[in-house]
Amino acid sequence: MKSVAIAAGGKLTLQQSSMPAIEARNVVKQFGSGTHAMVALYGVSVAIAQNEFFTLLGPSGCGKTTLLRMFAGFEFPTSGTILLGGDNIAALPPFKRPVNTVFQSYALFPHMSVAENIAFGLEMLGRPRAEITARVEAMLTLVQLSALKDRRTDQISGGQAQRVALARALAPAPKVLLLDEPLSALDYKLRKEMQIELKRIQAQTGITFVFVTHDQEEALTMSDRIAVMSAGKILQVGSPHDIYQRPENRFVASFIGETNFLTGMVQASKAGVTTVKLQDQMTVGIASPRTLAVGEKVTIAIRPEHSALNNAGEGLKGHLKHIVYSGTDTQFHVQLELGETFLVRAQNRIDQMASFVIGDAVVIALQANAAQILAE
Amino acid sequence: MSKTDNQLALQTRNRWFLASPALVIIFVASIGPLFVMLMYSFMAKGDFGDIKPWTFSLDGWFNVFLERDIFDGTLSVADAHLSILWRSVQLSLITTVLTLLFGFPTAYFIATRPAKTREIWVFLITIPFWTNFLIRTFAMQEVMRNEGVLNTGLLWLGLIDQPLQIMFTDKAILFGMVYVYLPLMVLPLYAAMERLDFRLVEAGYDLYAGRWQVLRRIIFPLVKPGIIAGSILVFIPSLGAYVIPRVLGGGKNLMLGNLIELQFGAGRNWPLGAALSITLLAIVMVALLFYVRNASKSGVRSHG
Repeated sequence: MKSVAIAAGGKLTLQQSSMPAIEARNVVKQFGSGTHAMVALYGVSVAIAQNEFFTLLGPSGCGKTTLLRMFAGFEFPTSGTILLGGDNIAALPPFKRPVNTVFQSYALFPHMSVAENIAFGLEMLGRPRAEITARVEAMLTLVQLSALKDRRTDQISGGQAQRVALARALAPAPKVLLLDEPLSALDYKLRKEMQIELKRIQAQTGITFVFVTHDQEEALTMSDRIAVMSAGKILQVGSPHDIYQRPENRFVASFIGETNFLTGMVQASKAGVTTVKLQDQMTVGIASPRTLAVGEKVTIAIRPEHSALNNAGEGLKGHLKHIVYSGTDTQFHVQLELGETFLVRAQNRIDQMASFVIGDAVVIALQANAAQILAE
Repeated sequence: MSKTDNQLALQTRNRWFLASPALVIIFVASIGPLFVMLMYSFMAKGDFGDIKPWTFSLDGWFNVFLERDIFDGTLSVADAHLSILWRSVQLSLITTVLTLLFGFPTAYFIATRPAKTREIWVFLITIPFWTNFLIRTFAMQEVMRNEGVLNTGLLWLGLIDQPLQIMFTDKAILFGMVYVYLPLMVLPLYAAMERLDFRLVEAGYDLYAGRWQVLRRIIFPLVKPGIIAGSILVFIPSLGAYVIPRVLGGGKNLMLGNLIELQFGAGRNWPLGAALSITLLAIVMVALLFYVRNASKSGVRSHG
């Protein structure tokens, strides 16, 4: 975390407080009771830093929206605390939390104009008229909708409605902005545009964004940090790079991008390096903080693009089953000798066309540090 | 698809032809009697009730607003009629406000239940319609009279020393009308609230609106068509109420409906009765115009 910076005078100044913007501590959420009880969250803890673009990523039903709704105040934790700037807000109703939400459906008020929608939060806070007008203008400029301020909300497009929803939630200058799958209703091109737009607005306003999505690509492109959730638990929190390159368990590895899973046997494990024998054919040294017992079976994850296909040499032996060409790259499905299939992705280069044919005997070479030991 | 003008004309004619049974019924059953009423109001009254056919007279309308002293023939404002007219409007307005006060939370309660149980609640609301209206009105008498359920209960609890006189007062009429017309308020309100997107309510809370402000700034404007429809549905039949003031008001506390009945019955003044009916119709028309104007102005459609 970039928590200190050298100011012009040469003195150390606190640029951001080290206190998290919003934090969940051991939050449990149970819906219903008795035999109908459904647990949505099992003791989730996560701390989101000031000015961070933080993403809750997971499949539908993983509890990410429930957690977001608890930050907003629409749901209350069964147990655990929610801290906003260090204060426990778990019991506060939504209208007493300096937190605003961009809803998946936008939830714009149909009986108000674009400007009235944006002004609503400020009016409820009892701000002076002149301040509201100025703030609404500033928000309209921020989301580039000044021309539409008097339109009714049913006279604007989906992308514009999205911007109005964003402006409305940002107008009261919340400490944290919550975004509940805000881009899911937009078409692909508009979604790409809005991703960049959201990043720009976040940088410009300096507000902490908590973003919920089930789209792993969206999460990787936009986030400072990602929390991957599944079945009511947070499985891993880290930067997009960490999450993609160093998944800690099978779910994270398979949910984000494509991954090859191989079983291997530990041959040696000491001083942070574990040597694993794969397919009885090759050994790889894998950096791992844990020390594992010799002879233990482990699952290894290898990204398809971290491997290469050769005709001969050191590596995993097999023969080519399918070739899938997809423009930027080609995917080779390799049937390994011991039964498992392995996916190799190679970028298509103009100077070096892949010359493999289905049925070829091939050898898969792994890049250094390509393999990752997963916790089951 | 291309159609000649001839085909289109034929199609239009066919449509009118197919609609003709309905049009005939509407004309004969609705416009016809109204026309008869209008004619009667401009004719002289007969000696034994009825009218003198084709003897035109403005007495009917004259008597709605003015009365002539039977002894010295001086003219004065028809206090009796106007006060009954005013009472009717007043009681109907109070009924409308009370049904709205009771109906709004009821409809909100139903609309916020899970989709499955909503049907049961709506069903419960419609149960009173199963029993004849007249019988229900008499049953209410049993509740409100001095030896009735309510007074016996209150006496037994020691809350009162002697029975409350509710029967044969305006309170009884109001009580009856609110009870009878409440479903007519709840159902259109529920229909409007069921369409309400409750995510908008959440958005309101999220934007610092407290409970009262969410109600006033978000729910009210969005269910306004339902409020107006319910109010009209309650106000119109209340205004012309006949059985309730007759049974619960005891004949002393007349409303417009009773006054009209009186003219056609014991009063033997059909032209006055007809003129009063048309006056009632005019008040209803004003209320409907108010509805049409407001419904089109608010212009909130269901969310698509």
